[in-house]
Amino acid sequence: MAVKKRMKDFTLMEKIYLPSIVAGLSITLQNMFKPKYTMEYPEVKFMPSGHYRGRPVLVQEEDGGERCVACGLCSRVCPALAIDIQAAETEREKERYPERFEINMLRCIFCGLCEEVCPEEAIVMSKEYEIAFTNRQDAIYGKDKLLTPIADLQERIEFLRNNK
Amino acid sequence: MESLIIAGIALVKVLILANIILLTVSYLVYFERKISAWAQSRVGPNRVGYAGLLQPFADVFKLLLKEDIVPTQANKTIHTLAPFLALFVAFTTYAVIPWGPDVTIFGRVIELSVVPNINAGILYVLALTSIGVYAITLSGWSSGSKYSLLGGVRASAQMISYEISMGFSVAGVLIFSQSLLPSEIVKSQSGLMWNAFLQPIGFITFVTAAFAETNRLPFDLPEAEPELVGGFHTEYSSMKFAAFFLAEYANMMIASALIVTLYLGGWQVPYLEKLGLSAGWEAIIQVAAFFTKLVFLMFFFIWVRWSIPRFRYDQLMDIGWKVMFPLALLNVLWAAVLAMLIK
Ligand code: SF4
Ligand code: SF4
Repeated sequence: MAVKKRMKDFTLMEKIYLPSIVAGLSITLQNMFKPKYTMEYPEVKFMPSGHYRGRPVLVQEEDGGERCVACGLCSRVCPALAIDIQAAETEREKERYPERFEINMLRCIFCGLCEEVCPEEAIVMSKEYEIAFTNRQDAIYGKDKLLTPIADLQERIEFLRNNK
Repeated sequence: MESLIIAGIALVKVLILANIILLTVSYLVYFERKISAWAQSRVGPNRVGYAGLLQPFADVFKLLLKEDIVPTQANKTIHTLAPFLALFVAFTTYAVIPWGPDVTIFGRVIELSVVPNINAGILYVLALTSIGVYAITLSGWSSGSKYSLLGGVRASAQMISYEISMGFSVAGVLIFSQSLLPSEIVKSQSGLMWNAFLQPIGFITFVTAAFAETNRLPFDLPEAEPELVGGFHTEYSSMKFAAFFLAEYANMMIASALIVTLYLGGWQVPYLEKLGLSAGWEAIIQVAAFFTKLVFLMFFFIWVRWSIPRFRYDQLMDIGWKVMFPLALLNVLWAAVLAMLIK
């Protein structure tokens, strides 16, 4: 029976196998002396740029009030049913505000849909990724934790204006 | 009195060696993780103690505190026996390996190996390493799990195949030394007459077989994680798992020590006697040389593990029988011819 020559048949050099082993070994040896990529986390922190989706926060205007008009769109769109809003009236121009605004961080999947749907640019994704709690009650973030001064969110808002 | 002193010396040697082995083995695990990390541009364990140096102790404490689970399907006696058989084999093999020249302390000649002058030293090593297969096969068989069984069966088939080329490579060395005594084998490689240079083919087949015998990558088929979960030790936990782990690294150390003894001139440093040092210094340098060679080989074992992918099972058998075995035979011939020419 004739032996068919195939494209993937090895040449003699490859069949001996030792040269390839030496080549492989030299690559790993070189790697051992190259700079490492590991970020040593608690000491060195990861600094995300504006595109990063950390935990969602409420935008707080310079005068201290929130932007949110409690329209409930974010709550409606949230695929994980993480947002709970109780609307109330206010004397201010926009007439409505959320009396209670809660995001359950155990439910949130950081999809960013709330941010996308919000007509007021009132809820945006922050850069914060260190979210840990020791019981389920603590996981429900109220307005006290959600309100973030607008100055801290400039980068994300700019990113949204350019890309949304 | 005389016999008491001899027993005392033997005991001290056993204690020293056992401690060296335990320490080396635990730090081998640490360096395995470190070197794998470096090869992959990572940092590796660095949290416990300075640069992670206390990591081995943390690992051991963790394993000690774990629950020891024995599957209901398992054969309890053998399931318990197997890991300790593995450890027993791994630790007793060191007895005959010389780690330094004879030294004279207080007018008494002391050989630096636990049981020197055993006429069948190398045979003893080969016999014990074959018992090591039983540990793996029995553990796989007694676990009552298909993955363990497959791992155990693979281990036995692989060991038998590679034992042959290993035996024949050793034969090449024995032709030169004309003795089964490890210390004689070391002495026969004085100067640069290292067997690694005289019989390069035998060296390569022996090193390859050593990798296969210790179940290290690229021959770690018995515990191939992607196929067999954990292989023969799938059903082991707590200290029994740790026993297998220790045995694996202790075996790696034996294999390195054997390679040094058989092929790299043991504790000898070429042309050291030309420097005219005092006997004490010479002995110290020679012991240090043995351990340097040992460390380099153990590094090589780890280095290879993180560079070369695992063989397929049929490739493994192909290489064992169709490549390694003929090469080892060829090496015996070559050694015979060379011995005729030189001696
Ligand atoms: S990011 Fe997604 S999951 Fe989280 S609150 Fe917004 S819409 Fe819900
Ligand atoms: S979509 Fe915007 S404005 Fe409407 S409730 Fe949510 S955060 Fe407030």
